[in-house]
Order: sequence, then C-alpha cells, then structure tokens
Amino acid sequence: MSVKLTVVLLLSIAGTSILGTIVPQNEDPAAYFRAYGEFVYRLFDVLGIFDMYHSWWFQFLLLLLTINIVVCSIDRISATWKIVFVKNPSFNLSRFRNLSQKETFAGNHPPKALGKIYQPIVSKYFGYTRVEQTDQGLCIFAEKWRWTRLGVYAVHLSVILLLLGGLMGSLFGFEGFVNIPEGEKVDSIRIRNTGKIHYLGFEIKCEDFNISFYNNGAPKEYRSRLTIIEKDTPVYQKDIIVNDPLRYKGVNFFQSSYGKMPSNSTFKNETPATDPSGEITLNFTNRKSGASFRIKTVLGKPVDLSEGFGKFVIVEYIKAAEFRGQNIGEAYKGILTPTDGNPLDVLLPLHFPNFDRMRKGALVISVADQEAEAFNFGERSEQRYYTGLQVTKDPGVLVVYAGFIMMIIGCYITFFMSHQRVCIEIIKGKAKSRVIVTGTANKNKMGMQQRVKKLSEKLANL
Amino acid sequence: MSSSNLLSITTFIYGAAAFFYIAHLVFKKPLLGRLGTWTALFGVAGNVAGIVMRWVESYRLGIGHAPLSNMYESLVFFSGTIIIIYLVVERQYENRIMGAFATPIAFLAMAYASMSPNINDRIQPLVPALKSNWLIAHVITCFLGYAAFAIAFGMSLMYLFRQKDVEGKSSLIARFPKSQVLDELNHQMVMFGFLFLSVGIITGAVWANSAWGSYWSWDPKETWSLITWFIYATLLHARMVRGWYGKRIAYLSIIGFMAVLFTYFGVNLLPGLHSYGSV
Repeated sequence: MSVKLTVVLLLSIAGTSILGTIVPQNEDPAAYFRAYGEFVYRLFDVLGIFDMYHSWWFQFLLLLLTINIVVCSIDRISATWKIVFVKNPSFNLSRFRNLSQKETFAGNHPPKALGKIYQPIVSKYFGYTRVEQTDQGLCIFAEKWRWTRLGVYAVHLSVILLLLGGLMGSLFGFEGFVNIPEGEKVDSIRIRNTGKIHYLGFEIKCEDFNISFYNNGAPKEYRSRLTIIEKDTPVYQKDIIVNDPLRYKGVNFFQSSYGKMPSNSTFKNETPATDPSGEITLNFTNRKSGASFRIKTVLGKPVDLSEGFGKFVIVEYIKAAEFRGQNIGEAYKGILTPTDGNPLDVLLPLHFPNFDRMRKGALVISVADQEAEAFNFGERSEQRYYTGLQVTKDPGVLVVYAGFIMMIIGCYITFFMSHQRVCIEIIKGKAKSRVIVTGTANKNKMGMQQRVKKLSEKLANL
Repeated sequence: MSSSNLLSITTFIYGAAAFFYIAHLVFKKPLLGRLGTWTALFGVAGNVAGIVMRWVESYRLGIGHAPLSNMYESLVFFSGTIIIIYLVVERQYENRIMGAFATPIAFLAMAYASMSPNINDRIQPLVPALKSNWLIAHVITCFLGYAAFAIAFGMSLMYLFRQKDVEGKSSLIARFPKSQVLDELNHQMVMFGFLFLSVGIITGAVWANSAWGSYWSWDPKETWSLITWFIYATLLHARMVRGWYGKRIAYLSIIGFMAVLFTYFGVNLLPGLHSYGSV
C-alpha cells in the first residue's frame, strides 16, 4: 500500500516540478505582474509558484516522500534482515526439484565421489557450499551474494541522506555574494534573496582581478587573487578561477562575475554598492520648467508621477549594464508608462545621473544620492575592476556527497547483483549417477538460467 | 579531411545500417542482417575516429578540450553510444531484428547534428564555466544513460507492436523476439540507464558545487533531469515491488524517453520572463 503511495508521490513531485520550469523562478514581482496579469499573479503568489521549490506544499511533498521511504523500508527490512543474517542458510530441496529449468547429465562415479570432485569447483564460483544426504544420494547446495538483498535499502538511505544534507544546508548554511574592487577588502557579504548583511568574522581582500579572452573575443578566464586577513594579518592567499574556488573556515568563495569600476569614484566598502531590496530615491526633473522632485520607492513598486506624467516602476537591478557596447556599471531598469502613450524602457545608470537626458523625454529621471561622474566614456586613465564573488557555506555538503556515493553503489548492487542459489543433486544409479543442476536468484532470473547452464557444462566436462 | 566531414559521412553509414536492418526485417534475408551489423560497426569506427580527430583538431587550434562541450558534440557522442550498446545487445541476444528499432534513432540523432541549421559544428573554445574535468565525466555518464533509455524505448515499441498482434497474423511481427525477451531487455536497459543517469546527475551536482557553490539550484535542466529520474524510478518500483511487466512497463519506458528528449532538447524552448530584451 505504501509503495503505491510512494509511486503516487514520485509522480506528483515530477508533475508539479514541471510548473517551476515553465514559470521562471524568483524574478521581480513587477515582471510577473506584467507577464501574467493581476489575477494569475495573485493566484500564483498565494500558491508560492514564483519560488515553488521552496513553497510549503512542495516541501510537504518532499517530506511525505521521505516518510514514505522510511516507513516502507522499515516495513520490509525486518523480513530481509532475517533472510540475510542467518548462520546456516536453509535450502529447500523440494523447491529446487520443482524448478522448471533443469540441467541434467550423467556422472561416471558414485554420488559420494562426485560430490568430492564437484564441491571445490562449486565453492570457487559460489563461496558457501554445503553437502547433504538425500533419499537417493546427495546434493550440494551453494549460494552467494546473500547480502545484496540489502542493496535497495542503501539506495533508500542515500535518498534520505540527500534530503537531510539539503535540510542541513538550508538551516545552517548561507548563500550570498559580494563585490570587491581591486585592492580593497570586505568583512561582510550580502545574503541572496533576503539581502541581509552577513559578517564573515574575517576579512577578504581582492588583490587583483584579471580577465583574458580567446582570439574570437569569447572570455577565456576570470581570475581573482584573494587574500584572507585575520586581525590585520594575511593568513591565506589564493588565485581563484571559475571551477576552482577558495575555501576557508567552511566558507567558499566562487568567481561569479566582475565589472569595471567607474574611475575616480571609490566603491562603498563593507557591502555591495547597491541594495537590490532596499530603498531607492529617484530624482525627477521636468525638462521644460526645470522643476524637480524626489520620490522614494523600492524595486517593483510603481510610483505615481504628478502633472499627468503617468507611472514609473523599477523592474530590474543590473550589476554591469551595457550601453552601446560600453560597460556603464550598475544600473536600474525601469518602465515609464505615460498617461497617454506606450510604456517605455528607461535605463538609469547609478553613476551617470544625466544619462536619461539623452532620451529627450519630458521628464528626466535619475537615481539620487549616488556619486556622480562626468559622462565621458573612454577617456579614463586606467581601468579598475571589481570582482564579483559568490559566497556560500553549506555544512550539509558532506552528507549529500555521502548520499551520492551510497546511491551509486546501492543502485549497482540492486540492479546488477543478486542472491544466487544453486543445487547440484546427484542421484545414485546402477552404472552411472545422474546429476541435476538447478538454480534460483532473487533478480534477473534469465541471467541465472544462463549461469546454471554454464555451471552444468563445466561439471559435466570434468 | 576534417572531423566534421568524417562525421557527416558517418551519418550516411548509419543511414545505410538502419536501411539494412529494416530490409532484413522486411525481406527476411539473413545476409541483409549481417550487412547491417557490419555497416554499423564500420559507422562506429568512423564515429570514434571523428571524435578523436575533433579532439586533436581542437588542440591544433590551441583551444584543446574533449569534444563533449556543445549540442553537436553531444549528439555525435550520443549516436555512437547507442550503436555500441545496441551491438553488444545484438551479440548477446543473437537477434538482428532489434536493429531496425535501435539504429534509426542513432541515425536520426546524427543526421540532426550534421544537418540542422540550428546546430553549429565548429570547434569552439571552452567558456570558463565548462573548464572542468567534471565535464567529461558528466557528459559521458549522462549520454550512456540516455543511449540505454533510447534502446529501451525501441524495445518498448517492439513490445507494443507485438502485443497488438498476439495471434501472429503479421509475418513481420512474428519475427520479433519473444515478448518476454523484449520485456526483460527493456527492464535491463532501463536499469543500466538509470544507474548512469544517476551518476550523470551526481557528477553534474558535484561540478556545479565546485563551480558555483551550490549542488542543486532547480534550474529547468536540473529539474527536468530529476523528473526523468522520477519517471524511471517509478518504473523500477512498479516492476520490482508490484510486479508490473509488459505493456505498462513499455508505456512507462516510452514516457521516460519523452522526458529524456525534453531534458535534452525541450528545455531550451521554455519561455522566459526576459522577453522585453535589452535596452
């Protein structure tokens, strides 16, 4: 009954998972709103579809699956345990006699002598052998790989380990990011999604960032030289590239992005320069009158503009925005919807407050409270970069990896090894003995028939 | 001759092999079956040579890497794997009828790789994220799994055809292997594929963890590989615990292979919210 439920759960998890691949996950609310309309947006929001793999109902399905695997395994393991851990395996001669496939040949000696010849051979292939007297002569029982009956429990345990490791990671680990300009150091990072600041307990400095390209212009390597600093003393240094992170005190630093620093402006330290979830102050200037006003908003929250200018909403934060092939650094992307016109995309680079004047719109929009910079590309004396690091800590990884190894070994045992038993019965005859070879396995019965045939041929040719 | 030319020729050799196997099924001439086997072997030789040449060529270009890095290269590897696994099965079961259902899949994959305008057969340098030894382990294991599932799919189709014609009215279908053999072979291939799919997902997870610091992030490709895994896990449980066999297993195997195809090709078609494009 429980197995039926497991299958139902497996299929419902598979089925619902599809939804999360059709609806992009963890996007800006405003983008969802525009894509799906109000009703669907609200419905999906309530159901947690926008982050469905972390929604209560999906986690609940995973929990149910786990409980089911545990219950089913415990339910069955006691029976398997009794079969696997016996001192003297029992063989039921009549069961072997009833098997439909039998290999029969004539032996040139009496049963006892044949038994002495056969036993070492059978033992070589099967390990455990036992000779028993029968009413008509004797028989050799042999078996191997009894323990492989436990393989399936290893697979189930491995799934539990994966889920447990995942849980440990989400409870005691974190996933964040930090941008560090060359030559500067930070002591904290920002947690992804929540935007909270997390203090590392040590400092990390970016000594140098380098990017190299192939001849065709595709990026070849991003390399950051990082130094770990404890109480003002450098303790560890490493060059990291994608696929080769720095690991220190359980915290991992991965090369994830990079950007060019605006010249003659220093990066605000400690935290990434912009907080995607925080407040943004926007400056609106009427081009004709020159009058300006400021409005505070957050990402995705539309603001009503006075004087009939319509609505404005910031839909996206871009770490390294591009304009005509130039990297113009951090920017917000917004949508301006005039009262009587079509929505317009508006790009607001943080470091170029006059950028939006180029649009020649009635209203010039800029992000306030940012260090301004003259809008002159390509005239900088020297280019500074910042490195973008993904920072993670996951104490569950070892448990997950143990689960991985166990799953591979367990699957191999479950699929390709079986508990094999053979019976070689030798019946006393007048001149010759009659030898009957039979065998069973708990899995892959066709393969077992082949093995019985081969064993029989081997014995017949002795 | 460049590796791309050689692999294009291999496509035609696989086409010929598929043709011989189908002709063998239809005209019942053992000679045609043997021709099929030899042509397929010949094709595999070309396929392997093409992969090796491509590997060497990439080093000559100064961007040396194993030829397993894009859609073209993976399809070429996929086709070769299907043929090799099929030839092993053919030898073990001493039956060439199955070739008519296995080799066309390899031919189609190879033809798609060589001829589709959407697939670029140029050797490209590896972007930083792909520069990892896990790439080789990940791609090889995934495609061993996919190839086994492809053959299981072929066996399932044969099984269903056979079941439709139980009385043996059609002399074509009467030449198929016994239902029991097809069913068992389907199951064997699914187990083989499941093991390799598991290893493929695991190597991918370990790789992701060493590149991005997260072994699982529910992106569409990952999720679809998991969906595929769940479908085959369902098949295996239905078989091992509830004793399902035959038709129901064949249908599950077909559904599983559809999921494989979607994981492979379909994920790229999923819509995104970024339709407003760049400024």
